[in-house]
Amino acid sequence: MTTLKDRLPPIGQLGPFIALVIACAIFGLTTDRFFSAGNFSLILQQVMVVGVIAIGQTLIILTAGIDLSCGMIMALGSIVMTKFAADLGLPAPLAILCGIGVTALFGLANGLLVTRVKLPPFIVTLGMFNIAFAITQLYSEAQTVTDVPPMMTWLGNTFRLGGASVAYGTVLMILLYLGMWFWLRETAAGRHVYAVGNNPEATRLVGIPTERVLLGVYVLAGVFYGIASLLSVARTGVGDPNAGQTENLDAITAVVLGGTSLFGGRGVILGSLIGAVVVGVLRNGLTLMGVSSVYQVLITGILVILAVTVDQLSRKGGR
Amino acid sequence: MKLKTPLALTAFAALIGAAGLAAAADAPVIGLITKTETNPFFVKMKEGAAAAAKAKGAKLLSGAGKADGDNAGQVTAMENMIAAGAKTILITPSDSKAIIPAIKKAQEKGVMVIALDSPTDPADATDALFATDNYKAGVLIGQYAKAAMGGKPAKIATLDLFPGHPVGAQRHNGFLQGFGLQSFEAKNNELAAPAEVVCMADSFGDRAKGQTAMENCLQKNPEINLVYTINEPAAAGAFNALQKAGKDKAVMIVSVDGGCDGVKDVASGKIAATSQQYPLKMASMGVDAGVEYAKSGKKVSGYTDTGVTLIAAKAVAGVASKDTKVGTELCWGKK
Repeated sequence: MTTLKDRLPPIGQLGPFIALVIACAIFGLTTDRFFSAGNFSLILQQVMVVGVIAIGQTLIILTAGIDLSCGMIMALGSIVMTKFAADLGLPAPLAILCGIGVTALFGLANGLLVTRVKLPPFIVTLGMFNIAFAITQLYSEAQTVTDVPPMMTWLGNTFRLGGASVAYGTVLMILLYLGMWFWLRETAAGRHVYAVGNNPEATRLVGIPTERVLLGVYVLAGVFYGIASLLSVARTGVGDPNAGQTENLDAITAVVLGGTSLFGGRGVILGSLIGAVVVGVLRNGLTLMGVSSVYQVLITGILVILAVTVDQLSRKGGR
Repeated sequence: MKLKTPLALTAFAALIGAAGLAAAADAPVIGLITKTETNPFFVKMKEGAAAAAKAKGAKLLSGAGKADGDNAGQVTAMENMIAAGAKTILITPSDSKAIIPAIKKAQEKGVMVIALDSPTDPADATDALFATDNYKAGVLIGQYAKAAMGGKPAKIATLDLFPGHPVGAQRHNGFLQGFGLQSFEAKNNELAAPAEVVCMADSFGDRAKGQTAMENCLQKNPEINLVYTINEPAAAGAFNALQKAGKDKAVMIVSVDGGCDGVKDVASGKIAATSQQYPLKMASMGVDAGVEYAKSGKKVSGYTDTGVTLIAAKAVAGVASKDTKVGTELCWGKK
């Protein structure tokens, strides 16, 4: 039986970082505008929504689950918070909390179906993807919510830091990553997440309430989607019912590129941040080079396959 | 109403059934298939078709794909409508080529198929096409931008749709043509890239992606002073990026669509000018043609331009445009 200590193969951690370094080197050599503090802070701004969704996604994938509904739940959250403020006249902090509450409820629903009804996460979240999409469209009447209070867009504002404009949302994203990294590594609750993903039966036998851990993970993921909703509103300045449609898979891509194993139990959450940044760097660098966005999709696909291959090989090597 | 006995219930049902049958026998059935159910453009199109069908005593069935690009969903909708007795199908093809075999099958059964908004490829696969001239829509905003720039050298960013889409190419190339730059003709699906275009990026017609694309373009060339966008959501995203970079006053944005949100952005100065198109008209013309076909058996054919109007807050000399008041009256979406 594997122990908790051999859950972190070094190659799985280094892979995404190597890809990032190579991509940066190529773009740095081919365009003179790539290497600047301003450009890097811009890329971080561009990935903050998918980056925070990927935190929730990482937690779920660590338990050997998957969440296909994350982007749609995020979109619903942003519609709820902007409409509650614009239409119902709720004060901004309360409206934001309502939005996060709704996304947490969707997380709870996913979690209950997975733990109590014992449905596979893939199917549950596929269903929830459709449900959240439809509710978003119906509630918003497919109209963008433009009348957004300034407090909701504050995280999209920037401050100067050594020649670059850094968004407050970027700082929040990085803090959330560091916080969750610490939580997963250093607290009992965090290690239970790894244990459940590694071997749920053994985990249950040593007395850890696996169902409660799983349920907690789905609810917590929902909270992160809610924070991502706020970041999406902050970044675009509106509640957009068409947001989130590519974020579902983009978040999974970030997690997989970041070296977290789809089989559960292994991975480092900071890798997901690097995974998200890799995708952002590709998009930014290829635009600077004047290359069509199709190549970004192509390269991302190749990197995903590589990342999963590395994971699979390192699992075999570890046994 | 509460019905007390099963007998009354049966009688009631029979009555409704008979009435329904009588109506179905008289009224021509027309099917409308849009790309999606939710996009305000198609919602407006459906409204227009429903109003025209009511006025002419036709029965309208409507359906759509699940998302933009869902060809199979459109084929299923078409089969179901023909099974329900539709003799005319109005369709906005999601996939201009893949839909053609299904259209051929429908035509073999004597169904008239009219493309709305987007042509099939080749365009003569449908009996007729009622659509905006997207190339002309591009030309109009190109001419406007040229006049409004007043001889200043242009550094242009284009936020396009996605690779390979004819509408994306027509608007892009039309814009460059109207601006007086080297460009391609309307039938070419490639995007022209003269030297004045310093950045080309795909926005997918989406606000958030348009914002990201604009930010990256500003990194590539901070001196951009003119932005063409495929539609108004992309334009709103571009404006957001420009505003954050402190460049919203110095850069002009032109766009295409004429949705109510877009016209609002023209009125507030975010977008300088937009080419407005008319989904309601496409749909009502389609229904009229369907009713005529049911009555006389006469089919419509060829391409009908449903018109495009340049909407601008500030008119420029030498380019005809309408103000945002006119634009608001004719816009689609929520006013």
